[in-house]
Amino acid sequence: MKMGIAEALRKAIHDEMARDERVFCIGEDIGIPGGYGGAFTVTLGLEKDFRERVIDTPISEIGIFGAACGAALMGMRPIADVQYGDFLLCCMDQVVNQIAKLRYMSGGKLTMPVVMRAPVGVTGRGAQHAQCLEPFFLPCPGIKIVAPATAYDACGLLRAAVRDDDPVLIFEHKLLYGSKGPRAESGTLDASSDIPDEDYIVPIGKGILRREGSDVTLVAGLLMMHFSLMAARMLEEEGISCEVIDPRTLWPLDLGLILDSVMKTGRLVTVEESPKQGGIGAEIACRVAERIPDYLLAPVTRIAAPNTPAPFAPVMEKYYVPQPERIRDVVKTLVEES
Amino acid sequence: MRGMDKGKVIADIGAQKAVEMYRRMVEIREFEERVRYLFLEGKMPGTIHQYIGMEACAVGVCSVLTESDVIASTHRPNGHAIARGIPMKEIMAELYGKRTGCCGGKGGAMHIGDLSRGMIPAIAIVGGNLPIIMGVALAFKLRGEKRVAVSFFGDGASNEGAFHEALNMASVYEVPAIFVCENNQYGASTSIKRVLRIENIADRAAAYGMRGDIVDGMDVFTVYAHTKEAVDIARNGGGPTLLELKTFRLCGHSRRDPNNYMTEEEKKEWKKLDPILLSEKVLLEKGLLDEVEIERIHKETESLVSEAIEYGQKSPEPLPEDTLKGLYVNMEVPQ
Repeated sequence: MKMGIAEALRKAIHDEMARDERVFCIGEDIGIPGGYGGAFTVTLGLEKDFRERVIDTPISEIGIFGAACGAALMGMRPIADVQYGDFLLCCMDQVVNQIAKLRYMSGGKLTMPVVMRAPVGVTGRGAQHAQCLEPFFLPCPGIKIVAPATAYDACGLLRAAVRDDDPVLIFEHKLLYGSKGPRAESGTLDASSDIPDEDYIVPIGKGILRREGSDVTLVAGLLMMHFSLMAARMLEEEGISCEVIDPRTLWPLDLGLILDSVMKTGRLVTVEESPKQGGIGAEIACRVAERIPDYLLAPVTRIAAPNTPAPFAPVMEKYYVPQPERIRDVVKTLVEES
Repeated sequence: MRGMDKGKVIADIGAQKAVEMYRRMVEIREFEERVRYLFLEGKMPGTIHQYIGMEACAVGVCSVLTESDVIASTHRPNGHAIARGIPMKEIMAELYGKRTGCCGGKGGAMHIGDLSRGMIPAIAIVGGNLPIIMGVALAFKLRGEKRVAVSFFGDGASNEGAFHEALNMASVYEVPAIFVCENNQYGASTSIKRVLRIENIADRAAAYGMRGDIVDGMDVFTVYAHTKEAVDIARNGGGPTLLELKTFRLCGHSRRDPNNYMTEEEKKEWKKLDPILLSEKVLLEKGLLDEVEIERIHKETESLVSEAIEYGQKSPEPLPEDTLKGLYVNMEVPQ
């Protein structure tokens, strides 16, 4: 059955809660009767089937993630969410100093099966409701990081995350949810997929080839993956063949998939909705350059947001977020000059 | 502080347990004193935050708990660990960074603990364990278990945002948690008077619609009695309590701190309230202890600690490559 990401996540969470009574959801506005089911409708209606296990909280991110940590230590399997990824910054201590580190500090005796969900991406709400925070967590060993760009992946990765005994942070993009009704986002892209009735997972740590090509490898996740596919279609008309890889998991990265591709194309372009420094692109570029420098026909190119917080005005937002046209132009120049 | 009939309290505790509680405090004191010397002699790596003077808090609270209850401690965990029943050998080995330590040498002095014995490895972020204990208690409630979760923290921690969020949520969800504030009057070098406009931290409980209680933290039997009240209420679905234990650190904050920010007057006054001397006096008066027994307990404790030190010293070091183990459940550490 065809579903958007919000619906697919809802199905996955519902199925997991039905399958395993240790699974519960905790967050703000997630199960209020007559409410929105979380800011992006993902948990809409779940409280009808699982009242006690959909826990509405005060505006207390430290409390939400601390509660998830403590419950997980006692063998529960919490799915904690922040309403906007930016709010993870309100509870970084619980995420990084507690959830990520407790198992290690215990000498490997404790387990921390926490799932953390965070919506990211620029959507006309201003800089404090816009940041793509993936790079903040790359240097936090102990946390696995996934970023599904399609409904199929969202459903499969959510399931994999819940079943994983390690902490998993899921970044979801606001413009890919496909939420309906009053919470629908303007500028939404279609990220829907056919979701099988049967149980399936998407394994953590495995990227996917979205488009086969021979001239250049684009590595991009979330919204940038969709924009890269758009750019690839435009470039095809100009005789440039792009291979597009969606990492799906940012940590642990499926480096093998990327290396195989770059050995074929000789050119690597990374695309992200955050600034360049210390970003996902920097991480991928460095790892590729370390391993296969001789295969590179040109230096690795990173397409990213400028080094500013996200601006509000629509014209500036279009300048800030890498658009398909910009991706096309950068790739075209790269291929023509190498 | 409400008055409690000391005689009745001790009768309720029972003679054997009362003496056991005294012994446990002696063990904590001896352990901490010996560790301090090892440390100052350069024989122990890392850092230490000692619990000297506060023994009645850990022992008074932990003596109420059952095996299935869970506690969380702080950067100053040895008192709680010994009171909770973690073998001294395993604590000592962890302080030495040995493989046989309670955390395999991975945690160190500020992360002592063993969840299989009811103590989460200590959380060294001030205030960090309160939301976690709230979550532990939430799990107990969701599963209908009659277990309680206890958070130990200091006066300084009560000013952290995490305190506020944890207590509010604990109260809203009516979870079986006890928040034990060991008010030793100082957060590192900062007197609580400099950073708090109110006299009693327990008065903050009212802001959360929570039960608050103020206790003499130098009297182990009083601590026990007030804790028991709070634990019984929590276990029977009556919700959380903020328990403030008034106590004092008869030592520096950490490592080589000579605590010059405390006045001599202050140190002298609190020393008179040494919890070990106080409980000794009470037990002698009640005929539950005599000088011979006291001597014996001290000698046995000395041996116990010596054994633990030898165990710590002689235990094997971890392998350097053990650094890469014990992070993920189902994955190697990516290089």
